Amino acid sequence: MPERRTAVPVTFDGEDFEAYDDESVLQAARRNGIAIPALCYLEGLSVWGGCRVCVVEVAEDHRLRPACATPVKADMEIKVHTPRLDSYRKSILELLFAEGNHVCAVCVSNGRCELQDTAVEVGMDHVRYDQQAPARKVDASHAKYVFDHNRCILCTRCVRVCDEIEGAHVWDIAERGAGSEIIAEMDVPWGDAKSCTWCGKCVAACPTGSLFYHGKAVGEMEHSADIIRVLASARGKGEWLSPEVSL
Amino acid sequence: MTTTVEDQPEPKAGSHPSGDDRFGLVDKALKRTRYEQHALIEVLHVAQDVFGYLDADILMYVARALRLPPSKVYGVATFYSLFTFEAPGDHSCMVCTGTACFVKGADDVVRDIATEFDVPEGGTSSDGRLSLTTARCIGSCGLAPMVLLDDEVLGKLGSEEIRQRIRDLLATEEEVA
Repeated sequence: MPERRTAVPVTFDGEDFEAYDDESVLQAARRNGIAIPALCYLEGLSVWGGCRVCVVEVAEDHRLRPACATPVKADMEIKVHTPRLDSYRKSILELLFAEGNHVCAVCVSNGRCELQDTAVEVGMDHVRYDQQAPARKVDASHAKYVFDHNRCILCTRCVRVCDEIEGAHVWDIAERGAGSEIIAEMDVPWGDAKSCTWCGKCVAACPTGSLFYHGKAVGEMEHSADIIRVLASARGKGEWLSPEVSL
Repeated sequence: MTTTVEDQPEPKAGSHPSGDDRFGLVDKALKRTRYEQHALIEVLHVAQDVFGYLDADILMYVARALRLPPSKVYGVATFYSLFTFEAPGDHSCMVCTGTACFVKGADDVVRDIATEFDVPEGGTSSDGRLSLTTARCIGSCGLAPMVLLDDEVLGKLGSEEIRQRIRDLLATEEEVA
């Protein structure tokens, strides 16, 4: 017997909306058609709360809360757009762009990139911080896919989708802080990772041009994170194999 | 709790299927923690005490035993700075670089040792004789600058005196050999 969800009133930027008490603030907002930018959140995967792009303010205090990891409560007054929040989101995007080597003009995902789209959405038009220009590797050892660590923002979507949906757990994060990187198994080249099933879910889930198919040129790579959403949550929602969903 | 090689009983030669009896000591830790996955860090500590360092084979052995993904074990092991992936040198020299020791010139001490004994900070000299590490405050700031040479505490010494002690230590060892 599934537990009944209770509808509770909340406000987003002063407007009244209905949310369910088992939702996160981000889920409630998206269901009501309110856009909150987010990078590490992917419906159907566990909540990571690492990118901090989805921060919102809740009226009871002035702490910034990640919308993806904040449960809805009745009569919550949520602010999505304030000058402070907008400037913080912009800063986060600038820091992400300064940390890796994100050169859209030569990227396989140019024009179809969640990171790029989010930067546009929050109005980031230049980077005020020094570019770190790290020397990161490109792992093209896999016969089907390529992992370019220069474009990785460590959102861990690939780690979570591989662990939670595919059940292989090929990926994880090694090291710490600024030295963190995604590794396959014992830091082996992807092509040598015996636990990889070649399913491609990590590639589908990637929000940047970090994971892509061999042979894709600039602007040719299209990620389809929606596939992951369907795989993970469509059955529960009664959307499984419905005509609108084509894999 | 730390377990050292000395504390453990000598295993029977050839008693472990891998051919390396040291894995038997890791097995003991695995059994003591009932192969619980959350005991990963404790088992890694034992493995490092037994082998002196962790390499891919050892990590894979622990991962298989605990039924954890290799990438998870590797990620945990590389996250913590107390785990090391290189064989340590015959002697260890740890220089405190906490605030008090910094004021008393710990940076110079580290640089001088690194230059004279050709050992990179956080690494081991090419002849495997000396490892040089730094620590953030050992908690005896009155002795700044503080150096731990193997198990001996050296306090309030200048760079030259510290290096003389290291020279003496390395020299006595050579005489024995």
